[in-house]
Amino acid sequence: MTGAEFVPLSLTPILIGIFAAIACALPGNFLVLRRQALIGDAISHVVLPGIVVAFLLTGAVTAWPMMLGAAGAALISVVLIEAIRRLGRIETGAAMGVVFTAMFAAGVLLLERSDTSSVHLDVEHALMGNLESLIWLEATGWRSLLDPQALAGLPPELPRLALVLALVIAFTWVFWRPLKISTFDEGFAQVLGMRTDLLGIALVMIAAIAAVAAFDAVGSIIVIAMFICPPAAARLMTDDLARQVGWSVVFATLSAILGYVFAGYGPLWLGGSDSVSAAGMIATVSGVILALAALFGPRRRGMMA
Amino acid sequence: MLFEALTLQLGYNATLVAIGAMLLGISAGATGTFLFLRKRALVSDAISHATLPGIGLAFIVMVWLGMDGRSLPGLLIGSALSAWIGLLCVQWLTGGTRLSEDSAIGAVLSVFFGAGIVLLTVIQGMSAGRQAGLDSLLLGSTAGMLFSDAVLIAGGGALVLMLTLLLRRPMSLVAFDSDFAAASGLNVPRIDLATMGLVLAVTVVGLKIVGLILIVALLIIPPVTARFWTERTEHVWLIAGALGGASGYIGAAISASAPALPTGPIIVLVAFAFFAVSLLFSPARGVLSSVLRHRQYQRRVHLRQGLLALAQGQPIYEGYTLRLLQREGLARPDGVATGDGQARAAKALLDEKRWEILRGLQAHEATAARYDGLTGLETILTEDQLRDLDTRIAAPREIAP
Repeated sequence: MTGAEFVPLSLTPILIGIFAAIACALPGNFLVLRRQALIGDAISHVVLPGIVVAFLLTGAVTAWPMMLGAAGAALISVVLIEAIRRLGRIETGAAMGVVFTAMFAAGVLLLERSDTSSVHLDVEHALMGNLESLIWLEATGWRSLLDPQALAGLPPELPRLALVLALVIAFTWVFWRPLKISTFDEGFAQVLGMRTDLLGIALVMIAAIAAVAAFDAVGSIIVIAMFICPPAAARLMTDDLARQVGWSVVFATLSAILGYVFAGYGPLWLGGSDSVSAAGMIATVSGVILALAALFGPRRRGMMA
Repeated sequence: MLFEALTLQLGYNATLVAIGAMLLGISAGATGTFLFLRKRALVSDAISHATLPGIGLAFIVMVWLGMDGRSLPGLLIGSALSAWIGLLCVQWLTGGTRLSEDSAIGAVLSVFFGAGIVLLTVIQGMSAGRQAGLDSLLLGSTAGMLFSDAVLIAGGGALVLMLTLLLRRPMSLVAFDSDFAAASGLNVPRIDLATMGLVLAVTVVGLKIVGLILIVALLIIPPVTARFWTERTEHVWLIAGALGGASGYIGAAISASAPALPTGPIIVLVAFAFFAVSLLFSPARGVLSSVLRHRQYQRRVHLRQGLLALAQGQPIYEGYTLRLLQREGLARPDGVATGDGQARAAKALLDEKRWEILRGLQAHEATAARYDGLTGLETILTEDQLRDLDTRIAAPREIAP
């Protein structure tokens, strides 16, 4: 394939996929270690009512209000889960199940009741995203990367995700030590004078921001898969947190690239004619990586060996 | 319109759906109880999402064999098989590696769902015309349900309910205390597997009505709601079943009463409404009752401390205490005790003194532990015991010349 074909049609979706995958996988490392992996699942479900409400308020499918709506819904769900857990003395998993299913149902109902026929907003879009359509038509080849005029035509999701990814990296880098200590030994972190409760909330909020930004571009399946699969696979590779984060970035990148390529070209290799869902394929590839790590990973059984 | 729907007068199809949804709700509530009590509620989320690739594959296989790809029994068999594989994957990841169960659940649900979406796009590509209907299993759709489908759903729901009834004793034992169950000779892994099998059956049966994303709600919300009303396992699943059935029935009826009211989400929202009411108003664990209990406790503490202050002639500065004493007619606005107040204050002081003496006595050690600064000792001890205590209080005595 030549640059003239690759750059406009495949470069931006692959980059967006990679950015989304890494932005979710980084906080995912800590969520998996803290046994909060399903927070990602809950957040990605409640994003739907958030964007629907934002749409109803603004009357248009525009990025920033929707992201605000989604972030608001994520925040509300986290608060609700915590409130139900404490007020009703119910275990976290069940409290989560109550909140995210009810909010998702409310989102679907709102969507059905409101007139969204004129705009591209439906449940399937929310689940699958449309990575394939984020192409860069202005580009003519590799040279376009240096052409300001062509760069102006980049899909807006790309710089947005790059920004969010930078934020996530900055958060992980700045709070590395407190995150590490509080994840492995919360009591010790408190003795050192760390506000572990605030740190926990900050981690969930960063995860929510990553989820919302990624969701906008690639749909909620990838978000859940990338929160959990690359970090979980990385956890089976090493005992060292820094190396685990490194592995998870590698796995996330690999899933995004291979998933996109298989979805776009796999059917052609097998003699088919149409491509399949890239979001679904990226999730599938990350699952295959996790399965391989679970079968052959050097640290799959933990410390006992 | 809603009344007609609730009394099953909206026609044949709506009636079928309502009855099917009710049976589904009852069996989901009852089965979900054991999952919830075992603290594994979200395993059902992995199971339900893992049905999707099976649905896609079943469709492809059936078309390939020259059958109608949309045949519900075939799709349900496929979904059950892939959900079973998903469940095994969760158990393999949890047991075979050091990953925790929540990571395993999240990994399985997202990967299987992703694979299912891939298969759905494959189906879209292979025969666009015949694809219609598969994505309705994501969110459920009762419009144009066939009679045979409704019978299948109702029958499946009834069967699951029967199996739940049969297995309820071992399942509640395992859910309540798995170590004890194992010690009494029950095969805990096998019973867990049976519970999961029932959950899987509910999921598969519910695909058509509620859809695979929201079926989790029917398995989780009714048991959580029921937990607010009782402390007994055997009552939890009965109440959960009733709540699930009511949600299914009312939800299906509401959805039939007007257009653009999708059945699945409405059923879930009805169940959530039951939950919200219980969270707020249930007598034992509800928010309202615990606020009231807290207020009453606060009142008793302030009243008691106020009376003690009156008895010892100390001034009261605390506003709430002062207001409380006034409202009860025990003190005047300037903080001076009324006659009634003096009597109550003296009694409170006597009570404190009795407690103080009691704490010094070996024989009353158990009673002394019940001191909370609020309970009158006369509600615990007998007349004789009190009289005995009172002899130990240093009463004013005549001074010998």
